[in-house]
Amino acid sequence: MNIIRYTKPEPTVWSPFDRLSSLRELLDSAYQLASSSPGTTSGWVPLLDVFEDVDKVTVVLEAAGMKSGDFDLSLHDGALTISGERKAEVENREGESFRSERSFGAFSRTVTLPAPVKGDEVKATYTDGVLTVTLPKAEEAKPKKISVQLN
Amino acid sequence: MSTLKTQEKAPEAHRVEFVTPRANLHQNHEGYTLEIEMPGVAKSGVEVTVDDGKLTLVGHPAKEEQSARRVYAERSGFSYRRVFDLDPSIDAAKISASIDQGLLTVKLQKADAAKPRKITVG
Repeated sequence: MNIIRYTKPEPTVWSPFDRLSSLRELLDSAYQLASSSPGTTSGWVPLLDVFEDVDKVTVVLEAAGMKSGDFDLSLHDGALTISGERKAEVENREGESFRSERSFGAFSRTVTLPAPVKGDEVKATYTDGVLTVTLPKAEEAKPKKISVQLN
Repeated sequence: MSTLKTQEKAPEAHRVEFVTPRANLHQNHEGYTLEIEMPGVAKSGVEVTVDDGKLTLVGHPAKEEQSARRVYAERSGFSYRRVFDLDPSIDAAKISASIDQGLLTVKLQKADAAKPRKITVG
């Protein structure tokens, strides 16, 4: 039986401060152990980027091995929430697992959008494990050209 | 008197940075199944090599054409790389790999000699 909760290693780029970050992880895990109540499943945090263009905002989220139907998007008060659930495959579960670093279960990420968007024209695509959400900016957020008549 | 020469600057060492992707390894009687998360990597960006008893998995994410300004960033955009030592029982000729939605699945079969066999007593 495991007494200490197994924490998944963070995929990080090697750096000379590795030692330092592992100390931080140790402290974090000790904190997590103390703060999390038993029975709650710890979710996972997919990484995301936000891009801003003249006429649109793009949110790119990494979540490998899901299906496009597993995502849920909602817009509220100028913030986009992407939630979803990655189901663990239960088939071929005979045998034994040597390594399980992948996270499964539900996640939810919320980002405040840098500009007002048209909520009814939001598009999302899921390819190669990356969810791309395109949100066209609202007319009032787009830059306007004002022609000035000079006499 | 020797002429002074300005020393040409040595070319900066090209440093390639990789991200260590998360992996699951599962074993059954047929062999091993490796699942490695490589979001952003298409089929053409995967390199699987077996050399000297080591299995190297590299994934290069497709370059995203973004003319837009990145206002918030968490993703590194680096390539993924992970090396595993191969068990001698694995048949290196029978390694197969596939990628679906950024999840690389590598099937490693045990050599026939290493598979469990039932011997009937005659």
